[in-house]
Amino acid sequence: MAKDNQILEEITSKEYEHGWTVNMETDSAPPGLSEDTVRFISRKKNEPEWLLEWRLNAFRTWTGMKEPKWPNVHYPTIDYQSIIYYSAPKKKAAPKSLEEIDPEMLKTFERLGISLTEQKRLSGIAVDAVFDSVSVATTFKEKLGELGIIFCSFSDAVKEHPELVKKYLGSVVPVKDNYFSALNSAVFSDGSFCYIPKGVRCPMELSTYFRINAANTGQFERTLIVADEDSYVSYLEGCTAPMRDENQLHAAVVEIFAHARAEVKYSTVQNWYPGNKEGVGGIYNFVTKRGLCSGDHAKISWTQVETGSAITWKYPSCVLKGDYSIGEFYSVAVTNNYQQADTGTKMIHIGKHTRSRIVSKGISAGKSQNSYRGQVHIMKRAAHARNSSQCDSLLMGDQCGAHTFPYIDVENSSAQVEHEATTSKIGEDQIFYCLQRGIDEESAVALIVNGYAKEVLNQLPMEFAVEAQKLLALTLEGSVG
Amino acid sequence: MPMTPIISIKNLQARIEEKQILNGISLEVKPGEVHAIMGPNGSGKSTLASVLSGREEYEVTGGEVSFLGKDLLAMEPEVRAREGVFMAFQYPVEIPGVSTVNFMKTALNKIREHHGLAPLDAVAFLKVMKEKMKLVEIDQALLNRSLNEGFSGGEKKRNEIFQMAMLEPKLAILDETDSGLDIDALRIVSNGVNKLRNKDNAVIVVTHYQRLLEYIVPDYVHVLYKGRIVKSGTKELALELEARGYDWLKAEATPA
Repeated sequence: MAKDNQILEEITSKEYEHGWTVNMETDSAPPGLSEDTVRFISRKKNEPEWLLEWRLNAFRTWTGMKEPKWPNVHYPTIDYQSIIYYSAPKKKAAPKSLEEIDPEMLKTFERLGISLTEQKRLSGIAVDAVFDSVSVATTFKEKLGELGIIFCSFSDAVKEHPELVKKYLGSVVPVKDNYFSALNSAVFSDGSFCYIPKGVRCPMELSTYFRINAANTGQFERTLIVADEDSYVSYLEGCTAPMRDENQLHAAVVEIFAHARAEVKYSTVQNWYPGNKEGVGGIYNFVTKRGLCSGDHAKISWTQVETGSAITWKYPSCVLKGDYSIGEFYSVAVTNNYQQADTGTKMIHIGKHTRSRIVSKGISAGKSQNSYRGQVHIMKRAAHARNSSQCDSLLMGDQCGAHTFPYIDVENSSAQVEHEATTSKIGEDQIFYCLQRGIDEESAVALIVNGYAKEVLNQLPMEFAVEAQKLLALTLEGSVG
Repeated sequence: MPMTPIISIKNLQARIEEKQILNGISLEVKPGEVHAIMGPNGSGKSTLASVLSGREEYEVTGGEVSFLGKDLLAMEPEVRAREGVFMAFQYPVEIPGVSTVNFMKTALNKIREHHGLAPLDAVAFLKVMKEKMKLVEIDQALLNRSLNEGFSGGEKKRNEIFQMAMLEPKLAILDETDSGLDIDALRIVSNGVNKLRNKDNAVIVVTHYQRLLEYIVPDYVHVLYKGRIVKSGTKELALELEARGYDWLKAEATPA
């Protein structure tokens, strides 16, 4: 036991790998949130009148709402008036090529392992990089353009494809959906926009990297993905943030709209700064992610590997409106030290013969609390709908908690719903078996945890899977009990 | 020149919690030898295997163990393994989602790293694996499955011997490898062990029954009782135990 505690001490005192900041002059809004802040953001971004109105409407809605208290997470009250809602790196004019980009910024990306150069081109990934709140570079735009695929920053989409943005913005996650989606709708800074035209199969994985940099900056990303009939796209999102003492609010919104027979795969590896070993600092990650299978036979698949953030509050969901549409949710959520996660999914079955599958793997270590919260709702019309849910929890040590809150509402008697849940611990026998084969304890934990999470990791694109495996091992190093 | 023993155990004593189990065991195993450790239930056979492999819950209270001239008791369990101590477990554990192939690749490369060798790439590893598979008559389908998950008793033990073949230990300790095996499985497992024997390695067979020793023929047999070796002999001793049971030895070992 003494040994275990010592190991725990060692790993928790390990510095966060991406914990550093880059000094750059920022062009920020003053702290606080009012109609003026919303106008400031909109003006800064040269937005059209309709979008300003949309934001103002969201702001008014938000003012009348209350922060939700039902998640199984605890944190000090957030002072929304002390947050800076907009900060952009200063620039002379919009960069037209990589050469024009602030070298300091390029260095940041390099240290994060994000290269916007040939390397990425060769690996077939188009990167829409978000540095703080402004997209700085978009590659592959032309190549994708030949297929009619639009992949650009949200701001650019507003300028260049206003009709699409206007049509779909808020169509999956309405402004008033929840407290944080309303907040995001009022103050969102930037994000990514993606449109796949009818019958087009996107030939590469589309990818976004997020990063919080300026101190005290809330990050409010907005992502909108529209897959037209018979199209396909796989979208990757990865996060990492520098070390901070103050808590930082991150309230993103991701909307996916899938037309008939379209398929969207959305994969996330989330590694925001989780706070230090005493639970000080770290990102508050309050995210709304939802996909709408609008047409028949549409399919939306969420895969997430959540290792970071002090608090995670996130339920990537699928609204299965089209008949025969399919929703999937594959998740690995790891919590260590004082991290808290309340995550899961919602599968709303509206159409006939709709199917959903949920595979959730929670891993808790240290003094963390890990909750799965999921809802399966079979509506009256959804004849012959099917759902299968599998929720597994793995505990490491004896000071952490794992919780499962499944909600199942079935309004159609022809539906078939299965729910399976397990809880297990990494056994000393398993560790010793590995040791006896020459595998040290840390590698043993990595091996066992990756084995446990395999079903989910298998859903990730190859390159991401490798990264995710390393991340899991890193997050849990030494936390055996 | 005298040969360095593979393992030299001197007056080894150990306990678990407050219970003293090993009361002074001395044993020397030279390269090329097979030693059988027999004895009634509770005599300390499995404890000896656990102590040698470095299980944490056993506390060594006295004695010393030298492995190829090095202090074995000072080594962490994984270092013992890398130095060449292998234990075939009586109850191999399941590790869901981890295939034997993946497990062995990790283990083998850790051992190679310890000896200053470059890790084997996928192709080289596969080549080694194919050879060893043939040696112990194991199917690749089994090796691709999650380690020991849903394996039959025979498959688990065969898998242990496959791992032994892969890791090429200097000393293999077979802990009740015969338990739960039918006669065919016993033969396959034993054949595997026999093929892996050579003049540079050694085997300690821990068993309750003589049956296994018909297949893996020992050079020496030691009988453990109340944490001591009360009798040593050659393979004939095993036959005698089979015929007479352990009671006569217990009587002999207990001072009047």
